[in-house]
Formats: sequence, C-alpha cells, structure tokens
Amino acid sequence: MKTLPSKIYTFYRDGFRAMVVGRTLWKIIFIKLFIMFGVLKIFFFPNFLATNFNTDTERAAHVLDTLTNTERPADITQKTNNF
Amino acid sequence: MGEQLLTTVDWARAQFALTAMYHWIFVPLTLGLSFLLAFFETIYVKTGNEEWKKITKFWMTLFAINFAIGVATGIIMEFEFGTNWSNYSWMVGDIFGAPLAIEGIFAFFLEATFFAVMFFGWNRVSKGFHLFSTWMVAVGSNLSAVWILVANGWMQYPVGMAFNPDTARFEMENIAEVIFSPVAISKFTHTSSSGFLLASLFVVGISALFLLQGRHQKMAKQSMVVAAVFGLLSSTFVGLTGDEAAYAVAQKQPMKLAAMEGLYDGEKSAPVVAFGIINSAKQPGDDQPVFLQAVKVPGLLSLLANRDFTSYVPGINDLVFGNSEHNIIGAEQRIANGKIALTELARYKTAKNHGNLVEADAALAIFNQYKDDLGYGHLQKPADAAPPVATTFYSFHIMVILGTMFPLIFLLVLFFAFKGTLEYQRWLNYLCFFSIFLGYLAQEAGWVVAEVGRQPWAIQGLLPVGVANTNLAAANVQTTFFIFLTLFTVLLIAELKIMIKQIQIGPEA
Repeated sequence: MKTLPSKIYTFYRDGFRAMVVGRTLWKIIFIKLFIMFGVLKIFFFPNFLATNFNTDTERAAHVLDTLTNTERPADITQKTNNF
Repeated sequence: MGEQLLTTVDWARAQFALTAMYHWIFVPLTLGLSFLLAFFETIYVKTGNEEWKKITKFWMTLFAINFAIGVATGIIMEFEFGTNWSNYSWMVGDIFGAPLAIEGIFAFFLEATFFAVMFFGWNRVSKGFHLFSTWMVAVGSNLSAVWILVANGWMQYPVGMAFNPDTARFEMENIAEVIFSPVAISKFTHTSSSGFLLASLFVVGISALFLLQGRHQKMAKQSMVVAAVFGLLSSTFVGLTGDEAAYAVAQKQPMKLAAMEGLYDGEKSAPVVAFGIINSAKQPGDDQPVFLQAVKVPGLLSLLANRDFTSYVPGINDLVFGNSEHNIIGAEQRIANGKIALTELARYKTAKNHGNLVEADAALAIFNQYKDDLGYGHLQKPADAAPPVATTFYSFHIMVILGTMFPLIFLLVLFFAFKGTLEYQRWLNYLCFFSIFLGYLAQEAGWVVAEVGRQPWAIQGLLPVGVANTNLAAANVQTTFFIFLTLFTVLLIAELKIMIKQIQIGPEA
C-alpha cells in the first residue's frame, strides 16, 4: 500500500516523464531562469541601495538627500514635443 | 557639452516599458484562457463527450506554451526596481512588500499543485477533481493578478498610507483603503476582463484559421461558439468596467483624462473626440489649435467623467495654470506648495541630525501642511505636470475603437455559427484571425494609456519619475535595455515557433 507522499512523488515523476511539449518548455524555463538569475541579476542588476549602503539608516539618508535635492530634473517628457 | 539625447531616466523608463509590455503579451492570455479551459472541461465532464476532452487538451497545450514562455518575465521588473528605481523601491517597500510576497507564495502553491494536476492528472485523478483543479487554476491565476494591480492602482491614487520623514518611506496605515481604492478595483476588473476578451479572440482566431485551412472543422466551430459567447460577455464587462475606470480617472487623475481626450480648455458639456488628429506642436497655454482634424460628440465626456451631460470637465490648461472659477488649484500653485514641503523636509532632516528637536517639530508641522504636493516641488515649470498628450490620446482611442469592434466580431461568429455557415464565411474567418493581433494591440495600448497618461509621476503627485530613478550612468541602463530587447525577441520567436508547430499539429497531438 503506497503512502500519500509516495503517491504524490509518483504522480509528479510520471507526469514529468510523460511530457512531450513540456520537455521543450521546461528547457526554455530553465535557460531563461539561468540567464535571469545566473547572469543578469548577478552582473547587471545589483540592488543599488543594498550594495552601496550598509544600514537602513544610511539608505534612508540617501533617499532623503535625493528627495530634497531640487536641482535634479524630475522628468524630461516635455523637452522635445508633446508625444 | 551638449544635452544628452536620452538620459538615464529615459532609458530606465524605456526598459521598464519594454519589460512590462513584453510581460503583458502573456499575462492576459493566461488570465482568459484559463477560464476557457475550465468551460471546455466542464462541458466535457457534463456531457461525457470525448470530443470536448480533446478540445480541452488542445487549448491546454497552447496555454502551457504561453505560460512557460511568460513565466518569470515579471521578475525582471523586480530587478529593475532594485537597480534603476532604487529611490522608488525604498519609498514604497512597506506598501508593496506584503502584497507582492503574498502573490509570490500564492502563485507558487497554485502552480505546484493545481497546475500539476491539470497537466499531469488526466486519467490519474477523478474527473471531478481534475475539473476542480482546472477551475482553481483559472480563479487562482486571476486572484494572483489582484495584488500587482492593487500596487499599480496605489501608484495612480496613493491612499491608506503616511509618509515617514525619518525613514523616507510611505508606510501602510490602512490596507483596506489600499485594496478597495476605486482606482485599484476598476484597474483589476477592467484589466482581468480585457484578458478574457483577448483569450476569446485567441481561441476564435486560431479556430478560424482551422476553418480557413479546412482542418479540424468540428472542433474549431465548437471552440468558436464557446469563446464567442465568453468574448461577448467579456466585452460587455470590459465596456462597463472601462466606464468605471474612466470615471475613477476623471475623479482622481483629471490630468490623465484631459490628455486621453486632448482637452486643453475645460468646458461644460465636454465632448468625446470620436476621431482626431492631434496638433503635435500644441503646448499648454498657447493659442494653437489642439486638433488638425476632429469629429466630436458633445456632452459625452461630461457624462463619462461626472455622470452628467452638462457637467464641467477640467482641461490641461486649467490643471496646469489653475482655474479660480471652478476652484481648481493649478500646478503653478502646487509647485510652490511642493517647494515649501521639500524645503521644510530638508530643514527637518538637518535639525534632527543636530538634535534641535524644537526646530525639527516646527519644520515637520509646516511640511505636513504641504506634503500632499510633495512631488510638485521637483517640477521645473507648471507644464511639466502634463503627460505626453498625443501618445495618451492615440493609445486611448486605439483601445476604445478596437474594444468596440470586438463584440461585433463575436456577434457575427455566433450568428453564422447558429446558421451553420461559419466555415463558408472566409472574410469573417480572416477577420477573426487578424483580430488576435488587434487584441494584443488593444491590450498594449491600454497599458500605454495607464502608464504614459500618469506621467510625470511614479506615485501620483508625490514622486516624479526623475526622482524615483537611481542616479546611474545612462550607458549602464542602455546596455541592459538592449540585452533585454535581444532576450525578449529570442523568447518571443521561440514561443511563436512552438505555438505555430503545435497549432499545425492540431488537437491530434
């Protein structure tokens, strides 16, 4: 008599084994996740505040500095035309 | 040194738009097709007719392809938040953290359980449990969209929070106010129902292709009838929720509504522009005509905005320069208020750092008087408070025109289906097939209206995009923009190839 965990395991195992289109789709999903988390996240998308500041107090101070600095242009949508 | 053609914030916005619009190719089809699968399978379980099982499994395969290519593309937006939009992420972390975490956990368990039963469970679990799982996938997928749309609704109409000047964060005070804000509700209902509409167009369009090719005609006609009924009902709901969304925009984001209709000078019995060519040289406050050509329906915009044909609808000029007759405070005044808020916030911060609590309290008291206009303090001139009008106007009109056309297509499909001559209407089948692409166009246009129409704000009135943005070199963001462009193009080609192959194989697979 199979236990419930064993039945669930068999259900998933047989399901994955019986896949046809699913195999290709899983390959795409894994390649995509690898590119996203193994390449893009590590090399191109550091968390700016987590990387450049050590404490939440420093992060809050930085954001407050940015927020109260009115020299920074807020938006440039209007600089060329109204499109 | 000359002015840069595109600045960091331009590239960051372009990158976010690219990611969101790519993600939005897959989401609406998932939202709608999941319900169509549930309908097909319900008919199968009710009738016991194996033909409906074959139909369900065929559309389920296309659903899986769409889901697999689209899955996790939304996570890229979270990368972008941390890197390109770090100020924004910090400031809204308290508001968005919990809803997005709930969405992630919810989606994981949904996918690990009911998705697995739906795909692996044919002939291995009871018919009833399999059907229940398919319904759960439909309901769960749509529920998981609630949170992200609530978050977006909050950005358009920030409620239920307070700004903490010590942590520089917006902190949640009333979660019910955030979830049940009129903007969030109309955003969810309109967005999800438009997904049902797109999925109906998808099923009708692919089925029409089968009819044109003379293949799988019985299955195609059965699919078309179910999808056309669902599409017709969804179209009605899209219309009603669209009306509700426009009303919410009129009440909470009047500048966006004015841009959607190219209304520069407010008026009573304001018209809807049925067709118009915007004068791209037109700027707020000048005397140039707004339209080069326009066909208007008087009073309709007043009805849409205020449920009253004769009511006053403010225009861009009123909202930019103010209108004392109608008690409208213009951006000019709000910029002055915002500058006071920012000055007092800076004074509060300095006083707090120096331990001067009396001055800090005094600064905070003044800040609290003007904090609702905080973001305006960053605008250079009043006209900066207006979004790009032409983009918003055209996107809105494309969406509405297409949204009006789709129910007519569903009606025609049902008419000829009940006459039994659907396969002979080649013009209609071509129209149905091309309507798939028009459906996607309407979807993307809807997002452009929502997002471009709320510029220059990341958070309406409180945080302009230029301040939400991280101060990085433009070249950094430019590089990742082109990486994403390449990645998304490759993935889209992969999806289309797999999808086309599967459609060519048909339900016999």
